[in-house]
Amino acid sequence: MKDMLLALWRYRHFILRAIGNDLRTRFTRSRLGAVWLILQPLAQSAIYALILSRVLAARLPGINSRYAYVIYLLAGMLAWSLFAEVVMRCLTIFVDNGNLMKKIVFPRMCLPLVVSGSALVNNLFLLCATLGIYLLIGNEPTVMWLWLPVLIVLTLAFALGFGLVLGVLNVFIRDVAQVMIVVLQLWFWLTPVVYMASVLPGPAHALMHLNPMYQMVTAFQQILLWNHMPDIKGLIAVAVLSAGLLGIALVLFRKSSPDMVDVL
Amino acid sequence: MSAVLKIDQVGKAFREYGMEWQRMLGWFGWKQTPTVEHWVLRDISFEVGAGEAVGIVGQNGAGKSTLLKLVTGTLRPTEGSIRIGGRIAAILELGMGFNPDLTGRQNARYSAGLMGLSAANIDAVMPYIESFAEIGDYFDEPIRTYSSGMQMRVGFSVVTAVRPEILIVDEALSVGDAYFAHKSMARIREFREQGTTLLIVSHDASAIQSLCDRAILLDRGHLLRDGSPDEVMDYYNALIAAKANEDVQVIQHESGKAQTISGSGEAIVESIGLFNAENQPVEFVNVGEPVELRVRVKVLGAIPRMVFGYMIKDRLGQPVFGTNTFHTRQPIEQLETGQVVQYTAAFPMNFGPGSYSISTALCSTDTHLVNNYEWRDLALIFTVANADRPLFVGSAWVPPVIQVSRAS
Repeated sequence: MKDMLLALWRYRHFILRAIGNDLRTRFTRSRLGAVWLILQPLAQSAIYALILSRVLAARLPGINSRYAYVIYLLAGMLAWSLFAEVVMRCLTIFVDNGNLMKKIVFPRMCLPLVVSGSALVNNLFLLCATLGIYLLIGNEPTVMWLWLPVLIVLTLAFALGFGLVLGVLNVFIRDVAQVMIVVLQLWFWLTPVVYMASVLPGPAHALMHLNPMYQMVTAFQQILLWNHMPDIKGLIAVAVLSAGLLGIALVLFRKSSPDMVDVL
Repeated sequence: MSAVLKIDQVGKAFREYGMEWQRMLGWFGWKQTPTVEHWVLRDISFEVGAGEAVGIVGQNGAGKSTLLKLVTGTLRPTEGSIRIGGRIAAILELGMGFNPDLTGRQNARYSAGLMGLSAANIDAVMPYIESFAEIGDYFDEPIRTYSSGMQMRVGFSVVTAVRPEILIVDEALSVGDAYFAHKSMARIREFREQGTTLLIVSHDASAIQSLCDRAILLDRGHLLRDGSPDEVMDYYNALIAAKANEDVQVIQHESGKAQTISGSGEAIVESIGLFNAENQPVEFVNVGEPVELRVRVKVLGAIPRMVFGYMIKDRLGQPVFGTNTFHTRQPIEQLETGQVVQYTAAFPMNFGPGSYSISTALCSTDTHLVNNYEWRDLALIFTVANADRPLFVGSAWVPPVIQVSRAS
């Protein structure tokens, strides 16, 4: 463990550079460049807002603002897009970098860190855009914003732990990635991002508490829309789950690494 | 000499399981029997000393690349151990991991970081990388605009920016233009002189012979021979030619080198000699002296057609001159058992001073790969001495007419 951390520390400049390259190459040949980092999730939110606000806006309890639904959506997307990006990229992280791992010796744990770093930067752009819109429609900054970094780190930890466990499995059983594409879509709709959890009937609502992303998404919504403290118990549960998943991912990675390059 | 690389009883197996979860159970101590176990390498043991250059030869699928990956550390051995002292740099594939949308400079920094160089180190070697690659302003253009040769130049410059203790080279030397190939070869030699240990895989016999002081022959995952490059290459050539009914025989030649004789044996070289103008057999020949190579071949089984070839090799085993009677349009046809054929090749000894050997080949066409009756390495050894010519270096005697005049 200590060796691994030391190796990662020696590679810190490389990791930062790789994150920079990762962001740079994504938009290097597009005119708008990094603006796409904000535009894509915003456009997606705009689409949902346009289609769904008429259907659902009336049901947002206790909020009078016409723009409340937009904030609700953006808060949920903030959590979900970070989660989905990290999981999807971790899922194929070893397969995508197979050629590199076959030819060059380097601390492989650099790879998830690069993915996390790049996803975090993306998420910060989206966060800035969201907060910008929040202020633009006449709201004031609140102390509750201080919760946001905690929520982002927690979402990242959960996504990383979950994604890496699957990422290791996917090296050996490639169907995992295919299945997960479908599962993630389903999961998105099982999480109250575009709709309100309150529209669900009682038993379904209770079940939803078992969904870690429900905890994260509602925490974001609590802070940005209602200016409330998030549900601490729920967050602690997610934190424990994330730590467990990260631990499993690490053990799985360690045990599988002699075999990994053989099958890549 | 201390060993910087110690490979002990190493084996590598690729395993397949009926179900992948069986492999996974194995990670947690519950060993499963794999359905297919394919041993790519087995019982490989050798040591490489500091500053030694070792060539690894063998046919495709012999396990050369796997061995290099094991030494590099990207693959783990299934059994045995590999001990390494020092930093390893591997030229397994140049331009590995380059991102086409980033510039040469950005990619170079990235690759150098991937190799484990610190930021300060990278800053220090960037000027070297830029100047060694010699691609001018392209260095700041995206890699996608590069030719493959230019990409390779940047790749090589990055890998060799800092001298490693062990340099691993996999066939990469043949890539690129002649100028850069020479330049990269010079860089590798420079490392060697500074004490870097080299491990080279190549099909190019002359690269192995000129660069390595030892060669290792792998065949179907086993270490077949470990010895001097010319001896191992001779054995390797014989092995390629070997067919079911042939045997390869290695005997200790009186010169101390190992002599390889292979072939199906329908015809053999009975005697071979080098003769001077006075018809005396000679072993020491003066530069430029006219000589005759005389070879008596005995036919031991009826053969439809026979071609005789000979090759003169220098001390390192590199060919200096070789031809055969197929190319000179003098094949002999319909030979009966017991017949004797006399071959005489007269030529001036236009070689530089040094020790040379002659290999002979008896076959049916221009290559010994079709019907190899006999292939005999080190059939004859002779020495060229410079007794009366002006001093010169090199392996060829190309007498010049030099005119010097003071220009007014």
